[in-house]
Amino acid sequence: MLPLALFAGNALAFPIEAKDTPNDGGRSVTLTWKTPDQHPARWILVRRERGGAFAPVVTLDGSLARYVDEADALTNGISYEYQLVADPADPPLNSEISLPVIPSPDWLDSTKANVLVVTVLFFIVLFFTINQAHRGRRWTFRKIPGLVAIEEAIGRATEMGKGVLYIPGVQDIDDIQTIASMILLAQVSRLTAKYETKLSVPTNSPAVYTVADEVVKSGYQDVGRADAHQADMVRYLTSEQFAYVAAVNGIMLRERPAANLLLGAFFAESLLLAETGHSIGAIQIAGTANVHQMPFFVVACDYTLIGEEYYAASALLSNDPLLLGSLKSADTVKLVLIIVIAIGCALATWGNPSLGAWFSAQ
Amino acid sequence: MKREIPILITLVTGLFCLIGFFVPHPAVRFLYDDIQQWVIVIVGATYVLGVANLLRINSVQVSQKALDWPYKIVLMAGLLGMMAIGFAEGNHYSDDASKFSWMYIRVYSPMSATMFALLAFFIASAAFRAFRIRSFDALLLAIAAFILMIGRVPIGNAIHPIIPAAADWLMEVPQNAAKRGILIGAALGVMATGIRLILGMEKTYGSGESS
Repeated sequence: MLPLALFAGNALAFPIEAKDTPNDGGRSVTLTWKTPDQHPARWILVRRERGGAFAPVVTLDGSLARYVDEADALTNGISYEYQLVADPADPPLNSEISLPVIPSPDWLDSTKANVLVVTVLFFIVLFFTINQAHRGRRWTFRKIPGLVAIEEAIGRATEMGKGVLYIPGVQDIDDIQTIASMILLAQVSRLTAKYETKLSVPTNSPAVYTVADEVVKSGYQDVGRADAHQADMVRYLTSEQFAYVAAVNGIMLRERPAANLLLGAFFAESLLLAETGHSIGAIQIAGTANVHQMPFFVVACDYTLIGEEYYAASALLSNDPLLLGSLKSADTVKLVLIIVIAIGCALATWGNPSLGAWFSAQ
Repeated sequence: MKREIPILITLVTGLFCLIGFFVPHPAVRFLYDDIQQWVIVIVGATYVLGVANLLRINSVQVSQKALDWPYKIVLMAGLLGMMAIGFAEGNHYSDDASKFSWMYIRVYSPMSATMFALLAFFIASAAFRAFRIRSFDALLLAIAAFILMIGRVPIGNAIHPIIPAAADWLMEVPQNAAKRGILIGAALGVMATGIRLILGMEKTYGSGESS
């Protein structure tokens, strides 16, 4: 502990401002000060509960002008005061004692207000379109060739007496692309059950394996073909990226499926899988939201679902009015965003970047 | 009930996590962070199921002498061998000097790198197909790719400084515009998919008995 006398000298005092850190869970105070021209090598930041004795918190570089105190010792609702003490203490260049500050948690992170506004707008439009769907309104969407081709590919595999290989990407089940892939797998498994076509789903995560297994079982039950379901349709291979590629490529070369469906999150393995699939003459349909892998799929596959097409696929395949309503709401919000982007561009061109700044990630 | 309970769990946890994203208050954040931990625990537990599935399928294929069955023995030996070494070394399995690390670095990593290296050949074969000019779109693709490839190597600048500048413009303007368009669409797709799941509109889970 530093002697209290150290904190008493205040010959060239300068102000220090202490504020509750905004948009946080509390127990945090943000300190700012204007560094004097002749600053010491270091500052010793000291803190006290109001009316108590100062104790050192941390030693800071002398050139700093901001520090966020997030020490475990801070308690929400307690009033604290801060002071900077020069180290070395000659000349005695200490700050003034800050005004009392009370750290407290916030109920809303205002830096995420832009996301909140779009989310709320999305919910409003979604509930409106769901309501419209309940009243019998129907929407039509452009045909996506890749989706039409899924049933054709499974039909082709059936005619050839070969199987369908479904690759759900290399991310775990907490990735939204994998979740979307599981929804599509449900539709694909219903089709393979209906056509009595062999389905093979190699997974690279045990969690994905567990979910995919349930999804495929449900798909077979949905069309009354639970008896056709086989325990080895879905299998766990490995969680290692390139070991998974080697295993899936081996399956392709041994089993020679007639259709490869690559639907999920893919990374460096995308072209390794798609080119091997191309080499065995399989019809290939890929879908991903990973922008950097799309060119590989476009080149190597027969059809590619790009970005939002991939997420829209399950709704379009199901033809369920409620799901189609959710697509309509996404399109409506997209239109609103396009208008906002155009307005933002115009404002920025005329020297007012505020709208763009508000929408930028914070 | 088999369908309603999973939907209810999804609805409650989904909405809670959505709210937790915007609310930093400890009253919400504490449980929000806990839920994130539960995910890790649940995923960890599924490894038992995954390994059991892997052993079951491969041992059946070995017993039936299916195509390439000797490789299944190598696979299972590798899996069980690595597990045995890892368990034997306890908490020190990931130390630099451990046998587990030696196996990983000396055996697995080179094989993994070999697989990745194949990408060079696959890119060449895919590029050969992509650059066959069969339509106006393919022509544009080939021209853009040619400018980019030449512009990214020193010879491009040696021919004329405008070539690397054109490559940069292609990447920063048309490529970025298209990429951002796709990203905005995909982000809205993520929102739509998430909301459909949270509200139980997607009938993927628990659908086996009712649909």
